[in-house]
Amino acid sequence: MKQAFAIVLSAILTQNFVLVKFLGICPFLGVSKKTETAAGMGMAVTFVMAIASMITYATNHFLLVPLHLEYLQTIAFILIIAGLVQFVEMFVQKSMPSLYNALGIYLPLITTNCAVLGVALLNVQNEYNFIYSLLYGTCAALGFSLAIFLFAGIRELINEKDIPKPFQGFPIALVTAGLMAIAFMGFSGFSI
Amino acid sequence: MNTNKNLSVVINGLVKENPTFVQLLGMCPTLAVTTSLKNGLGMGLSAAAVLTASNVLISLLRKLIPSKVRIAAYIVIIAAFVTLVQMSLNAFFPDLASQLGIFIPLIVVNCIILARAEAFASKNDVLSSALDGIGTGLGFTAALCIISTVREFFGFGTIWGISIYADKIAPIAIVTMPPGGFIVLGLLIALINYIAAKRKGDKAS
Repeated sequence: MKQAFAIVLSAILTQNFVLVKFLGICPFLGVSKKTETAAGMGMAVTFVMAIASMITYATNHFLLVPLHLEYLQTIAFILIIAGLVQFVEMFVQKSMPSLYNALGIYLPLITTNCAVLGVALLNVQNEYNFIYSLLYGTCAALGFSLAIFLFAGIRELINEKDIPKPFQGFPIALVTAGLMAIAFMGFSGFSI
Repeated sequence: MNTNKNLSVVINGLVKENPTFVQLLGMCPTLAVTTSLKNGLGMGLSAAAVLTASNVLISLLRKLIPSKVRIAAYIVIIAAFVTLVQMSLNAFFPDLASQLGIFIPLIVVNCIILARAEAFASKNDVLSSALDGIGTGLGFTAALCIISTVREFFGFGTIWGISIYADKIAPIAIVTMPPGGFIVLGLLIALINYIAAKRKGDKAS
């Protein structure tokens, strides 16, 4: 129980995937101009990461390890994730067309979000069991969603301000992310 | 004429379309591993090797891969080369491999490699695809080296592990921590924008 609590807290706050571990920076910078799209991206990523954690754990545990094929992890995991994203895309398109239209191009791009492959590899590296893998995947994705949502809110405000020309666009966004990361470093004072 | 064209492909990837500073692709490894020059160079060269090899193979197979499944095919090719690089690093440079950690397998999802496969290698012949891979790969390596030199100098007071002022003045530790990565990259891109705007202004006047 104590370990579960530690996983939740560290995945969301102290070891935030985006601001501390640098995973999932591309969508963090690319899809954070509006809070609505940021929230949609967060939801889609959370969904994919939770399912990907379960399937990659099962694949690794029941297929790759018994056959001593651990070196195929990277290839196997990325194929699973690509297939999964495709499946999620078709599922959302059929059952929730309004969400599908809102997410648009961002859905297929989740395949190349390194947070998804990253969480699958970290689950193996940390030797989490099935429940902890699922918990870690979900909470890491919630941490990602939290960061991208807050960041989008700040960017919406920044865009209305008068920024020096060389800083317009990405540079000011990166500096903003840096200041957010300093704020998140404050959480690392928790010792569990 | 021909050599000029080949050279321009390399230069294009290295400077004009620098993947990091101009196209802002592959941000995750750029920020995560640039805490020291050794790590930055190791990461840059690993990614460049994967990029060149996958560009060559994808260009060779460009007429055989059906366009509907091309992205999946590219990812499998890239993942195979990444696995090779990962195994070689573990065997020959175990220290570097443990420093880079999870970011070696994550080269698979580096957007630069997939972007070059889709935008260049799938449409061009083998030689220019190889040169494009080398140019873009070196551009990525150069960018990582610049960022990591700045971060190592200010954050540890060293360059390539050799002490410059670390024993005299306390370095600014936050530069090598995660927030420093974002801020240093932001300032560097702003500086490049400033220089580019200034040069344009000089030419115009």
